[in-house]
Amino acid sequence: MNITEKLLAKAGGKSSVAPGDIVFANVDKVMIHDVSGPGVIKVFDKLKKEGTISVEKLWDPSKVWVAEDHFVPSAEKISAENIMKLTKFTKQYGIEKHFKYGMGQYGICHTLSHEEALVLPGEIYVGGDSHTNTTGALGAFACGLGHTDVAYVLLNGKIWFKVPETLYFKLNGKLPENVMAKDFILKIIGDIGNDGAAYAAMQFGGSGVSDMSVESRLTLCNMTTEAGAKNGIVEPDQKLFDYLAARGATNYSPVYGDSDAQYQKVYEYEASELEPLVAKPFSPENIAVVRDVSGIELDKSYIGSCTGAKYEDLEAAAKILKGRKVKIRTEILPAAISIYKRAMENGLLKIFLDAGATVGPPTCGACCGAHMGVLAKDEICISTTNRNFPGRMGHVESQTYLSSPLVAAASAVTGKITDPRDL
Amino acid sequence: MGKVIKYERDNIDTDVILPGTYLKLHDYDEIAKHAMEGIDPNFHARVKKGDFIVAGKNFGCGSSREHAPIALSHCGIKAVLALSFARIFYRNAVDGAFLLPIEIDEAAYKKISENDELEINTDKNEIKNLTKNETYPMKPFSDIISKIIAAGGLFKYKPD
Repeated sequence: MNITEKLLAKAGGKSSVAPGDIVFANVDKVMIHDVSGPGVIKVFDKLKKEGTISVEKLWDPSKVWVAEDHFVPSAEKISAENIMKLTKFTKQYGIEKHFKYGMGQYGICHTLSHEEALVLPGEIYVGGDSHTNTTGALGAFACGLGHTDVAYVLLNGKIWFKVPETLYFKLNGKLPENVMAKDFILKIIGDIGNDGAAYAAMQFGGSGVSDMSVESRLTLCNMTTEAGAKNGIVEPDQKLFDYLAARGATNYSPVYGDSDAQYQKVYEYEASELEPLVAKPFSPENIAVVRDVSGIELDKSYIGSCTGAKYEDLEAAAKILKGRKVKIRTEILPAAISIYKRAMENGLLKIFLDAGATVGPPTCGACCGAHMGVLAKDEICISTTNRNFPGRMGHVESQTYLSSPLVAAASAVTGKITDPRDL
Repeated sequence: MGKVIKYERDNIDTDVILPGTYLKLHDYDEIAKHAMEGIDPNFHARVKKGDFIVAGKNFGCGSSREHAPIALSHCGIKAVLALSFARIFYRNAVDGAFLLPIEIDEAAYKKISENDELEINTDKNEIKNLTKNETYPMKPFSDIISKIIAAGGLFKYKPD
């Protein structure tokens, strides 16, 4: 069995599973945020009204954590009320891990999952958000679910899964300078398409992935969602254990695939052949080489989100912006307070501000077109986020190009789509 | 029995089905008012109870927002007939008992037109086009999906 199959077999209490099998998997960790949380509360209210299923207590509140990320800071009263609802819910059910906006560490849910080591190797982790896949980079089975499914997990501690087929993406060699994990995952999505991994697991390996930082692996797993995958995953290694130890987590049982693990298909990539890419509007599969579209005039550069505002993403942007000035509106939003703080301590925020960029608080706001910098009609944005469907970041006739932080920063400097190698 | 609203496109994503700015809403009827607003602002006004959406492949891709099937079902959409579905939309539709996600083949997708009247028979895995007097196959639901649908959603389903 490969790692995804072994994790699901273990969680389903079976000695072995094969793709297509249905398992009821015991869940180790659950996440809800300020969109899925109120959605779950709504499901609980419905169950309470029907009266056949008790919603008096959760299966295990210590395994649940809560993020405030999509609609903070609250732009209007409905969002503010949702935060109040969420707070009442966590108090009522005794959930202690509630990362609140304005109270120390908080941030985008997927970023907290690794910054706070909330999910560990060998675990089954589900979240009320499609990019829950991100956390598979920590050697866990990490999968996004809707409100009903998450409500079911909160009450029962388990959920059904069909064991997925696994697509294995092998990267040979070290990524060249100015090419990031984001470019690799964009390349893959361009090759296999928006549904190229539908219902499947996407596993990443090879010397290029071993060589990558944990944060880069998180970028890979994050965007498996854009290829329709059930989960993204990287096998645990010493680099991951060190990353987790630095965050105080040492007690867990990693799971690895067998040496004779089967994959539905293996894709091989040579790192030396990769170069900076963008996904053009209006789909993550609409890939172009940056040098083929360079010169497209932009209105905004956005460096934010679970995909593109981890510490190393900010470091990459700072490398470009140091001593330069931005020519277009540039918004940089670290994905969690812990990252914000490190960026401050290490002088990154000064570099951004000196360059003329605005630095904002952690939020999903503009990435999902909700608030905090949405796009106007006809505005064109380059963004380190993960989706660029019509209307994703604002007006339905605005346009978003998805890129790495290096490309987004280089483009901020010139005001046009720019390959960092040409700056 | 219901009429068809057809979108001849692939990858109708959740940002189109229910734009992100409305994720703050949790009142189902309020959510429904903004269904399909991303590509069809008139949708809410023209959809009738029992209607069907027909679309291309990878319907419902994107976010895990249950708002997407909620928006459609609370407008009256009974089933979405598509070449294929994104996984979270599919399981949200079934586990929450909001609507039926029905996979159809290319031939049926081409033959069904806007405003055609359809009747779905999930026992026979058949779609009847009453306007054109044609019958098309639908892909049968898998075992667990049929059982969850028959139970009326995940919470009512009792695992074997």
